[in-house]
Amino acid sequence: MDDLLINQFLLLGAILFCIGVYGVIARKNTVLVLMSIELILNAVNINLLAFGAMNNDITGAVFALFIIAVAAAEVGVGLAMVLIIYRNRASVDLDEIDSMRG
Amino acid sequence: MVAQNIFFYVIAAVMVAAALVVVTNRNVVRSALALIVVFAGVAAQFIILAAEFVAVTQVLVYIGAIMVLMLFGIMLTRSRIGRDGDMTNDHWWVGVVTAVLLVGIMGYALIDYFGDDALPVDRQAATVDGSNTSTVSDAIFGQYLIPFEVISVLLLAALVGAIVIARKDR
Repeated sequence: MDDLLINQFLLLGAILFCIGVYGVIARKNTVLVLMSIELILNAVNINLLAFGAMNNDITGAVFALFIIAVAAAEVGVGLAMVLIIYRNRASVDLDEIDSMRG
Repeated sequence: MVAQNIFFYVIAAVMVAAALVVVTNRNVVRSALALIVVFAGVAAQFIILAAEFVAVTQVLVYIGAIMVLMLFGIMLTRSRIGRDGDMTNDHWWVGVVTAVLLVGIMGYALIDYFGDDALPVDRQAATVDGSNTSTVSDAIFGQYLIPFEVISVLLLAALVGAIVIARKDR
């Protein structure tokens, strides 16, 4: 228990990822689903930096920065879409957005 | 090294608790505030991993920008601020089963493969003057210049797209 293990970070990432997956499946509110997606992206970032530290390689940090940038773009477009859905249907409840149902 | 371990476990416990609040709380704003705690914890873990530039970027972009956007989203969609009947849909147990199975499989695979592999004690990849920020910039503006430019164009496209989608007059 003296050194930091790679598995500590990888397991933390796995737990955060699964909590995010649960949120995406179980939440009703669209904004809350977007928040759960952010949890998933953060879990992936922890993994990338842990592997970067293990291999003493800077690539992990670079890709983590790219993921942060893509997450910012994703949240911007996602919230714009949530906004237009709210404007058209006066609801952000995912169960009520069922116009694709066959 | 023991101090780092204690730091890691305390932060990790806070992060997991806050993440559970994010996905279970009935109050949307409280979920958003718990998400800020998770982001701050992730930044702290990045500092343990000796990636201080990424940690600062995490604080600036996630806590500074993305959370403000999220709170705007909550406000503009008037997602019934305050307590609400149910924020969880009827088949939430599917999510529980999926998450538990997934964490079991991933945990088994990780423990089986990595076991007790330790991180190197000196984790600052190719440091210059005790900081790896210049190494990061060398990598971004050297080897990864084209992906960096593509990310810039993607951000611009997302910005324009978000404005076009969300504006009122059309």
